[in-house]
Amino acid sequence: MANMSLKKNEMPAQDPHVRNCNFQEVALGYTEAMALDEATRCLNCKHSPCIAGCPVEINIPAFIMKTAQGEFEEAYQIIAKDSSLPAVCGRVCPQESQCELVCVRGIKGEPVGIGRLERYVADRHIENVKEKPVKPEPNGHKVAVIGSGPAGLTCAGDLAKRGYDVTIFEALHTPGGVLVYGIPEFRLPKAIVKKEIDGLKELGVTIRTNMVIGRSVSVDELLTEHGFEAIFIGSGAGLPMFMHIPGENLKGVYSANEYLTRVNLMKAYRSDTATPIKKSNRVAVVGGGNVAMDAARCAKRLGAEEVYIVYRRSEEELPARAEEVEHAKEEGIIFKLLNNPVRILGDEQLCVTGIECLEMKLGEPDDSGRRRPIPVEGSEWTLPVDTVIMAIGTSPNPLIKSTTQGLETQKWGGIIAEEPSGKTSREHIYAGGDAVTGAATVILAMGAGKCAARAIDEELNPKQ
Amino acid sequence: MYKILKKVNLNPTVTLMEIDAPLIAAKAEPGQFVILRVNEEGERIPLTVADFDRSKGSITIIFQIVGATTELLNLKQEGDSLQDLVGPLGVPSHTEGLKKVAVVGGGVGCAIAYPIAKKLHEQGTVVHAVVGFKTKDLVILEDEFKKVSDRMIMMTDDGSYGEKGLVTDALKALLDAGEQYDEVIAIGPVIMMKFVSLLTKQYEIKTVVSMNSIMIDGTGMCGCCRLTVGGETKFACVDGPDFDGHQVNFDEAMQRGVMYRDFEQKCHQDVCNLYKMEVK
Repeated sequence: MANMSLKKNEMPAQDPHVRNCNFQEVALGYTEAMALDEATRCLNCKHSPCIAGCPVEINIPAFIMKTAQGEFEEAYQIIAKDSSLPAVCGRVCPQESQCELVCVRGIKGEPVGIGRLERYVADRHIENVKEKPVKPEPNGHKVAVIGSGPAGLTCAGDLAKRGYDVTIFEALHTPGGVLVYGIPEFRLPKAIVKKEIDGLKELGVTIRTNMVIGRSVSVDELLTEHGFEAIFIGSGAGLPMFMHIPGENLKGVYSANEYLTRVNLMKAYRSDTATPIKKSNRVAVVGGGNVAMDAARCAKRLGAEEVYIVYRRSEEELPARAEEVEHAKEEGIIFKLLNNPVRILGDEQLCVTGIECLEMKLGEPDDSGRRRPIPVEGSEWTLPVDTVIMAIGTSPNPLIKSTTQGLETQKWGGIIAEEPSGKTSREHIYAGGDAVTGAATVILAMGAGKCAARAIDEELNPKQ
Repeated sequence: MYKILKKVNLNPTVTLMEIDAPLIAAKAEPGQFVILRVNEEGERIPLTVADFDRSKGSITIIFQIVGATTELLNLKQEGDSLQDLVGPLGVPSHTEGLKKVAVVGGGVGCAIAYPIAKKLHEQGTVVHAVVGFKTKDLVILEDEFKKVSDRMIMMTDDGSYGEKGLVTDALKALLDAGEQYDEVIAIGPVIMMKFVSLLTKQYEIKTVVSMNSIMIDGTGMCGCCRLTVGGETKFACVDGPDFDGHQVNFDEAMQRGVMYRDFEQKCHQDVCNLYKMEVK
């Protein structure tokens, strides 16, 4: 008989006033008892809407049934069939708008805590299972993957499982892409990412860091000189956007990319690294997405007394996950909603002293379906801050496009790729993830990597 | 990987290293740069490629010891390896179609100016080199510049070698004597590039400067290296490092360049203290 409790088992978490001073993980994970209890809330519905709600189509009811029976490793293996990064997805997937959104239990009460269960099962696997995965029989085909973020890792993992000789090329010195430079330690411990990547290496995937494709080697050279038969481009959307308002080049204005890279990849929060970052007292983060929440929460942890989120629409339109907004509020982040910055003010040394905002009100819905913000005339006011972090989005890096002839892109820079195969305008070249869609989520990028792996397999190894 | 093949101290604070990097050597062009890390947990720092040998598969970097990372780098010896090295990054210097050029180098900036002068010379461009240093002990690459220039003027701030004065004094003298250049290429401290650009503006000579902004990734990802050029924001790492000197906002670039000075000085001191303790 299913557990008919209307509420999910709550996720244990560090106390907000303790965690906003440290970089350790906020959510502590279920205990075995919690996992067993939560798993019994699943009805194992015949039509399983949750599977279709998952971009990589994990057999969710099956893994939860195993979990409920205490067969955790079996549960893990069910997830691992479709996801190459279970411990990552259990932490950063927006389950509330995917699998959990369509969960039947969510019609009356809260949906099953699918993400929390996935995390529990994945963490338990990492902790307990020491034997290495069996390397599949090589099939003799060589594939290059550009970028070691979620799209690239998934594509590489799926191909390696099919016997391909896969090499991942990463521009930075550490693999992981946005999982290491973007998402902070307190949301996704880097040790977890490393474990997942080590798992891929054990499958036989080669990772070459410090390789900027388009500079170190071009896409065409990979095909013609290095013997790769197909290429998957998962280079992400790494180019930061700015607002183009006065004062953006003052000292103390960061792109969220820079701020987060300094903190996460370069570990500026630790005293034993040589990475500088501004010691801020008052910080304004412009934007309302997950990246904005991450930047604000990092700033707080680095010792800033007051950290503001400045966002031009209202709370309802915040693109960040509800959970992240909630966490940010608990940690003392102050939300200045319905405000749009018009300029950043500085002193004679060009240090930031404040940010001038214009109040907004909401009008009719725009193309995105969200209500359009309209400036309230004469409502300018100044928020005194010493640091401004621009978290208003990113776009794909143009380097690969500009060095690969015939690779067609959208006007805004996204690589044009067929759905779901990821085929681009160039033969043997596939693309997926943020490089195609613009900034989106980890799991969507993984879904694209997975589909492209399937398409590459069909091209190189057609079934007789 | 990234083994140090040769190390030469060019002067008490400037070191040359030749590094095994076949992929970078195969692609590098004058004006481009690399980013390196000395050790795990180390900073990423950009350094311009001072020379490259495609057949040997090596590149040369020349750096001044200014902070913790360059101090640590200077502790590495021949046979040691760097942790990370990535490149070549940035847009190569434009040299096509130039008939006569004045190459102006200041201090360690001469290490960046030299490969450009060399390339110009090899393609048949008339090169006038004006190189400036604080004092005689700090002079580097003198013979190299002599080899690749039709005329070379050595300047020192204190007059201890060559002529006394600034590179702008020498350049002004050349221009006043009627020398005509298609372009002036100025590479050195930001303040020097600023004043060279102000001077050449009066003479309406196109001037290219190389901006050594603070960077992290060097691929356009962080935006830390941004500067204002002709009223627009540009990224030194992907739009540059070469820019039109008459368009660059040098005052802003100077301020941005010293953003982390206190932190850097403290780190540098920490490294020096640690080294002293180890030596004892």
